[in-house]
Amino acid sequence: MKLMKKLFLFAALLSFAAAGPAQAKDIVMDGSTTVGPVAKSFAAYFTKTTGVQVTVSESGSGNGAKSLINGACDIANMSRAMKDKEVAAAKAKGVDPVQHVVALDGIAVVVHPSNYVSSLKIEQIRDIYIGKVTNWSQVGGPNAKIVVIQRESNSGTQDSFKSLVVGKGNAITKGAETQASNGAVKSRVGSTPAAIGFIGLGFVDDSVKPLVVNGVKPANETVKDGSYPVARPLFMYTNGQPTGNVKKFIELPKTDDGKRMISELGFVNKY
Amino acid sequence: MADASIKKNSDIFVVSPEKLRRQRAAKFIGEGFLLAIASFVAVVVLFIFYFVAVDAVPFFQERGFAEFFTSTGWYPADDPGEFGALAIIYGSAMVTIGSALIAVPLGIAAAICLSDVLPFTVRQYAKPVIEMLAAIPSVAYGFFALVIFAPLLQNFGGTILMWAWWLIAGPFVLLAVIVIADVLAARVATESKERSLRTVLTLLFGIAAIGVLYGVGRTLSAIEILSGTNALNVSIILSFMALPTIVSVSEDSLQAVGRELREGSYALGATRAETIVKTILPAASSGILAAVILGIMRALGETMVVWMASGNSSQIPDPWFNYLESIRTLTATIAGDMGEADQVTGSARYHVLFAMGLLLLIFSFISNFISERIVVRQRKILAGE
Repeated sequence: MKLMKKLFLFAALLSFAAAGPAQAKDIVMDGSTTVGPVAKSFAAYFTKTTGVQVTVSESGSGNGAKSLINGACDIANMSRAMKDKEVAAAKAKGVDPVQHVVALDGIAVVVHPSNYVSSLKIEQIRDIYIGKVTNWSQVGGPNAKIVVIQRESNSGTQDSFKSLVVGKGNAITKGAETQASNGAVKSRVGSTPAAIGFIGLGFVDDSVKPLVVNGVKPANETVKDGSYPVARPLFMYTNGQPTGNVKKFIELPKTDDGKRMISELGFVNKY
Repeated sequence: MADASIKKNSDIFVVSPEKLRRQRAAKFIGEGFLLAIASFVAVVVLFIFYFVAVDAVPFFQERGFAEFFTSTGWYPADDPGEFGALAIIYGSAMVTIGSALIAVPLGIAAAICLSDVLPFTVRQYAKPVIEMLAAIPSVAYGFFALVIFAPLLQNFGGTILMWAWWLIAGPFVLLAVIVIADVLAARVATESKERSLRTVLTLLFGIAAIGVLYGVGRTLSAIEILSGTNALNVSIILSFMALPTIVSVSEDSLQAVGRELREGSYALGATRAETIVKTILPAASSGILAAVILGIMRALGETMVVWMASGNSSQIPDPWFNYLESIRTLTATIAGDMGEADQVTGSARYHVLFAMGLLLLIFSFISNFISERIVVRQRKILAGE
């Protein structure tokens, strides 16, 4: 991967050299793997329509922030808001981070369709995930041990779910099964009557049943209006108010093509 | 005069000095070439070992050994992270032992059947088919384990366990009954009564054994499997992946046992069973052991199947031998965590994966070393030293 990164940089340099001074400045993006798909899809579109090269590295939100602070990128992709510490560090270096919401990321908590539990409070979901509740009967379901399914520790969805539901300082139960992708979680929940799992909203289909959380149904509308609690905005950060190509790029989510790309990727449009 | 005649004669057979030089040069180059290849392989192994170790050492320098080997808390993404690998090491051991328990008896039995029991024509067709199991890519096994076998275990778990017990343990137990009755009868009774006593004992033990088999089977059938992605699932699939190696290599070493040993045994009046158990198996034991080690190493090092179908929970099951719970292995952890961890090169989260890799390497070196020693000793015993 380190090599890949170097290759990327090399490619970026080459394309920079090829573009020459006549072309406008290329855009360099770095940061979250969750925002990555959106950024990459935008980048391909932007290059096709304007001829401006866009480089996207996916090194995690924290590294994205670092890159922006060090002036190594034009846009930092982040799946969380910048921490105070990071903003202070930026200010100290004369960088003024400006937040732009790209899209919203809703996470559906899903169970097997045969499970007659259809609604849970967010505290109940937390108790299931930290191992305090271990049987469906404790939350009004059938008498069966709950099979808890989570994602690998490198997953952005896992990260959001932990901060939105499980909470800081709580550890997910050691008995939780770990699956490698949204698809794998869906397939496990769809074939396991006692399972509970969470997947990106875009992945929900008939094979699983999304739970109503705190009385709110997970759907594009409820994520958009902020009433669905297991959702978060995805950000892009720039140094100061963007101008020129960067401004055009940042405003893509407001365009029709941008909206189409976002919903195709399973995210929810903010605008 | 004599000298001259020898020289004259030998001229016919001995090559000219020039040709001899060329031959020596060719031999030198050939040997050098082979030596280079062999040392290249050795150097590659050393390099792998070195580079894994170089990246593993910083982890132990930073966090010490205690946490890694004694804690079961595996929260690498937290801040600060926890890097307890005990449950993960245990999970690796569990699926390795589990798959060995299934694959070793089955594999050796199959090898004996192919080599000394079944007619040659059967062997001709059966062996390539068994070896074909090794050609299936592991991701296909993993997919099967996750999408087909796990739901099957959940829906018909007890029934599957029951039938597996009857079909796998049944023949072994009944075989044991026959052998025990045979031996006991020969010990206790005189020659005239031996046969009838043997029949009676076989029947008695047989009925008892069938009772036990049936009882255990019924108990197993009552077991409910909540989640099919567990240590049992992985052990079964891994045993299928280890079987071709064990069967093929064991069968080769059984075949390699000399004809004169078999004939000698029969000439002394031994039955076919006695010949197999007392003559052929001991003679082939070093090869069989090598086969078993190779098979077990396959199970320990396998990544894709365990990543997809073990459930990846970093826990020690409760109770500790509960194969119906989800576990996590070293290989799957390396595969699963590398994606994110390599982005933050230099962190404990990155180095801990190399520590796990190093552990796996050390495991395989030790087991290779032990098997080597046993093979050498076995050869000495067989050679009568």
